[in-house]
Amino acid sequence: MDFLIDIAITVVFNLIVFVGLLLIVAYSTWFERKLLGDFQLRLGPMRVGFHGLMQPIADAIKSFFKEDVIPKNADTVVFILAPMLSFVCALGVIAVIPFGGTVHIFGRDVKLILADIDVSVLYIFALAALGSYGCVLGGYASYNKYSLVGALRASALMISYELPFALTIIAVVLVSGTLSFSGIVDAQAGLWNIVKQPVAFILAIICGLAEINRTPFDMPETESELACGFNVEYSSMKFSMFFMAEYCHLFTISAIITTLFLGGWHGPFLPGPIWFLIKSIALMYFFIWERSTYPRLRIDQIMRFGWKFLLPVSLANLVVTAIVMTIF
Amino acid sequence: MAAERTWKLHMGPHHPSTHGVLRIELELEGEKVLKATPIIGQLHRGIEKIAEDFTFHQAIPLTDRLDYTAASLNNLGYVLAVEKLLGIEVPKRAQYLRVIISELSRIMGHHLWIGSAALDLGAMTVVFYTFADREIIMECIEEASGGRLTPTYMRIGGVSKDVNEKFIEKVKYFVDMFPEKIDGYETLLTDNIIWRQRNEDLAVISYDEAINLGLTGAVGRASGVNYDVRKAFPYSSYEDFDFEVPVGSKGDAFDRYMCRMEEFRQSVRIIKQAIENLPDGPVMADIPYLNPPQEKVRTDIDALIRRFKFVLEGFHAPKGEVYQSVEGSKGELGFYLYSDGGSKPYRCKIKSPCYIHVSALPAMVEGYMLSDIITAIGGLDIVLGEIDR
Repeated sequence: MDFLIDIAITVVFNLIVFVGLLLIVAYSTWFERKLLGDFQLRLGPMRVGFHGLMQPIADAIKSFFKEDVIPKNADTVVFILAPMLSFVCALGVIAVIPFGGTVHIFGRDVKLILADIDVSVLYIFALAALGSYGCVLGGYASYNKYSLVGALRASALMISYELPFALTIIAVVLVSGTLSFSGIVDAQAGLWNIVKQPVAFILAIICGLAEINRTPFDMPETESELACGFNVEYSSMKFSMFFMAEYCHLFTISAIITTLFLGGWHGPFLPGPIWFLIKSIALMYFFIWERSTYPRLRIDQIMRFGWKFLLPVSLANLVVTAIVMTIF
Repeated sequence: MAAERTWKLHMGPHHPSTHGVLRIELELEGEKVLKATPIIGQLHRGIEKIAEDFTFHQAIPLTDRLDYTAASLNNLGYVLAVEKLLGIEVPKRAQYLRVIISELSRIMGHHLWIGSAALDLGAMTVVFYTFADREIIMECIEEASGGRLTPTYMRIGGVSKDVNEKFIEKVKYFVDMFPEKIDGYETLLTDNIIWRQRNEDLAVISYDEAINLGLTGAVGRASGVNYDVRKAFPYSSYEDFDFEVPVGSKGDAFDRYMCRMEEFRQSVRIIKQAIENLPDGPVMADIPYLNPPQEKVRTDIDALIRRFKFVLEGFHAPKGEVYQSVEGSKGELGFYLYSDGGSKPYRCKIKSPCYIHVSALPAMVEGYMLSDIITAIGGLDIVLGEIDR
């Protein structure tokens, strides 16, 4: 019986997180459109529901009923698999992110984290790298010159930003002394990592932007140069999957940075999950704000910035952190 | 093998950043542009040919459709050419109104340019700010003429009707509030490090190249060619106004941007002077064959016949040929008219600045990256309606 209750709790908890994440992904599109509208002297979606609140659902229904086109010369298998890969990798990140402390339910202590593994940091890097294959393969399989260029840019971007991002986070790992996210959050109970590692925080935000392909680093898409880049041939739900993966990334990168630097779910008065959401949404707000302000860089400028600025700075940050940790 | 290392890309005509239906045939090595060939003609409507079948008056609305971002400037060029052919003097008030409307149109054209150029580079907010300000100008022009985008306000011999108090109020409001908005655009773009990185030292055209290619307008002036038709050959009382012509030094995309930003300010300055010193008087030259009495049409058979003939036949222009150019929002916009003595132009040739500017595109982008083509096109400020005619 105990065993059954265990399973029931796990299943229900998983379902809640999964549905919650999908809802957040859907409503982050609404959030972005509303915010961009606010920045740009317009209203954003207003028609479907109160202030366009049903817009994400209407969009989902629309994309379900669109014709699904597969180009004649496309590599069909890869073409179909690519958006799934992208979407799954984006969703998977949420598994290791702690969004609350421990809840006492049915006589059990349930940790508010799906999988409290020791190597969370490695896990998110693996998923991020795998997720980039979605863009690369999708662009490659479409048999379109624009999407091929988009795919090439995506892989170039991945290589040059994964490294500084990893080095940045290793500095945080050094400070916290653990690779597990829940361990990192617990280590920040007194003092947040943003105070201990301010440089790493800024670097992580920059690398995070590149990681999720947003302006000024939205090279794989560049709708004005490559006419949408890697996903130009996609339609219907396949396009939606790329689209949802993008917004899922937007949320998960905010969640990761919250976990690593902003003390995760810790905060006074309010319960843990609420604090976690507030911090993540504040970061999302920042990312959207930044999108409405900045033009995008050129691919060679991004490469130069990544290799000649971010990499040395993150390496220096790591070295300084290590030295300081050894001395004190 | 060299042949295998390069690839071809047809950019356009349905591409978001080619400003209409321009097609560019690109030969690339990786993302480096080896050769760029602009291919035009997708928006050809035969405006020059249609003008030959229309009377001098009827052809005015056609010119609106050339550079539809700044429609009244094209009107002005055409009516000035016809007036030169007829040898007409236009009343001072009409001339000042023409100046106001054409400077407002110039600002409108630049609004569209800066909005779309920034949008091409990913700065999506600027376009909404400029369109909000563009709306105010549209309201001014609507007050004067009734039209918004293609107002057809100019007439041969003057302007279509006199303006009211409301128009003057609105224009005054605009010139008062607009300089602040220009500073706002500059904060978003000039002070933005990414915008500077994307524009500086890019798509450079030297002084000699600019002269050889025949570049005019802000594109030419950014390369140091100090030529502005308003200063060089003043028309429509431009000699009355005090304004400066911004000239660049490097000839890169950023200089082009800075020149146009300065033109915003100078246009505001001209409008301010014109609206303050707006003289009284008629807005139409008192020439019977241009302006048959409208009010007596219902009571006087003579007036009715004259009106009827005016509408159906137009007027007969003297034999001869004229060339008249104005400073359009893109560059020197010229109209060449050849009259064989009939009521229609025998030939109407339009010298379009955009047509010439697009020919400078290969020289600008060869050796640069694929993304720089977008910057170069944005800086050139081309309107396909004028290129293809």
